[in-house]
Amino acid sequence: MTEEAKKPAAPAGGRAGMKKELPEHFKSYRHVWVAIELERGQVHPVSYELLGCGRRLADKLGVQLAGAVIGPPGEATWHAVAETFAYGADMVYLVEDPVLKDYRNQPYSKALTELVNTYQPEILLLGATTLGRDLAGSVATTLRTGLTADCTELDVDDDKSLAATRPTFGGSLLCTIYTLNYRPQMATVRPRVMAMPERQERPVGRVIQHKLSMVEEDIVTKVLSFIPDGQSSKVNLAYADIVVAGGLGLGAAENFQLVRNLASTLGAEYGCSRPVVQKGWMPSERQIGQTGKTIRPKLYIAAGISGAIQHRVGVEGADLIVAINTNPNAPIFDFAHIGLVTDAVRLLPALTEAFVRRLSPHNRDKLAS
Amino acid sequence: MHIVVCIKQVPDSAQIRVHPVTNTIMRQGVPTIINPFDLFSLEEALRMRDAHGGEVTVLTMGPPMASDSLRKALTFGADRGVLLTDRFFAGSDTLATSFALSAAIEKIGKVYGKADVIFAGKQTIDGDTAQVGPGIAKRLDLLQLTYVAKIAAVDPSAREITVERRAEGGTQVLQTRLPCLVTMLEGSNEIRRGTLNDALRAARAEIVTWNAADAGIEDLTKCGLRGSPTVVKRVFAPTARQERATIIGEAGDNARDLADGLIATLFARKPALEPALVASGCAA
Repeated sequence: MTEEAKKPAAPAGGRAGMKKELPEHFKSYRHVWVAIELERGQVHPVSYELLGCGRRLADKLGVQLAGAVIGPPGEATWHAVAETFAYGADMVYLVEDPVLKDYRNQPYSKALTELVNTYQPEILLLGATTLGRDLAGSVATTLRTGLTADCTELDVDDDKSLAATRPTFGGSLLCTIYTLNYRPQMATVRPRVMAMPERQERPVGRVIQHKLSMVEEDIVTKVLSFIPDGQSSKVNLAYADIVVAGGLGLGAAENFQLVRNLASTLGAEYGCSRPVVQKGWMPSERQIGQTGKTIRPKLYIAAGISGAIQHRVGVEGADLIVAINTNPNAPIFDFAHIGLVTDAVRLLPALTEAFVRRLSPHNRDKLAS
Repeated sequence: MHIVVCIKQVPDSAQIRVHPVTNTIMRQGVPTIINPFDLFSLEEALRMRDAHGGEVTVLTMGPPMASDSLRKALTFGADRGVLLTDRFFAGSDTLATSFALSAAIEKIGKVYGKADVIFAGKQTIDGDTAQVGPGIAKRLDLLQLTYVAKIAAVDPSAREITVERRAEGGTQVLQTRLPCLVTMLEGSNEIRRGTLNDALRAARAEIVTWNAADAGIEDLTKCGLRGSPTVVKRVFAPTARQERATIIGEAGDNARDLADGLIATLFARKPALEPALVASGCAA
């Protein structure tokens, strides 16, 4: 066979992806859905954050907001249904089945795919968690639709398309992505990127139950056991009220003890920037930023972190950012609220002491008397 | 055992710079590396082969220069490199990428023997989506095990694999059947250095290079831009915030004064923080 003959014929037509007219069979797709992440009886807070964002999109489109709740029969699943309403959903699509006791890709992706094919949402949002990312990739591939990962902003365009904005090139730039000719338009969002909506006591709305056509024998993967994280090894950076983090400016791995000391004084979580993980000074679960955790604390103290854009996208949601850096031109001072141009290694012990003095109840009593 | 590992050649993102005026990516001179997350999968594949015998085939889709990454994988000890390259793949999103890669994996199965385990990286450092692994699994109708921290056991004769998978709030111990697709968690192992023999073999090795037709892809509408449901409409720089940080203290201040100054400013800005901290027993 000649080289020429081996080459498949060039596809006819132009860039199909840019076509604006939605195929007829997708025109019935309506409403905004959030896949509610329910694992071992617990709803992941990211699902509520997505309901807040989904509410905004649904209102703009003039459609309903629904939660897709997938879980085992029982109280926990119905509690998730009630909470889904409390955080803003108009309706819930519910799949209850014993095979859904633990998360497994096969039954969960089948359940969500069946729901989508039956009830046809135009937008489907999932949390970018280990569960959400595992599930979203399978469902989008089965449905042959577009999926935009780790969005930092979701909006609806003038022509009612979902505009999904996400960081690109390691966070240096943002790009807005559309799924023009396919439905649903799928996106994942990481925990803490969207603000938590107000919880409201609402009367339970409409629940549409869907039966899963699957039995345990159909499912190949078995969960042999689940080992919960120990309290000590549990890193809850994303949901911590106060976070203290260190960067390369700390100079050496052992100086992270200073970060840990301040964090423990404040009852805070501690973290780090990406180069610190790359150097092996800290484990990756402590990494904050575009490829690590997104945080939204009330107070964020960044010690010796220069503030590359990758880091910035992970901390922008913090109420108050304090930056400590020797370089007055470090980019972190462009987005921090309070800055100290000094060596963090020198300042951190003094800061820890000063907090102890100020916050110690004993001292406060003395000062008051 | 035949193990296929999907890798990607990516720009070393630590070295990417954005042009300060035009806000475009300056790609020139940026070195390329094997996506770091893929190395954990590659090492696990090599360990599996060392324990159970067989071969490791490394597959990548990309421009012709991506063969460098395959050669690098051979120096670590992989047995064969397959490069999938064709201009029809340009502009592929994750759905189109998973289509092309799954076609190549099927072809690899026909030519070199069916794969028992397929590894992919957890995610790439450029796209960061973590979607291609699950996409390939779905295309090939395979079971998927993502975020695997440890492969606890593989029994090739019973066609079974047991893994520890990272989940929210803990670790799932899962058992499933071969063939399956696995993505390894970062830090799960450390890539080997490779032997001198591996390096010599890699230098001489011929990289198998396939275009779309070679990989058995007939429907080119599923490839590249045409096969990608997502469309990038706009790329832009994040907007800068207006005000810069309020700088506390003077250059000569000692640490204690700076610390006191910071705390005073902090609680002046956020008065609610202080009682909340005291109530939570902080610094007690």
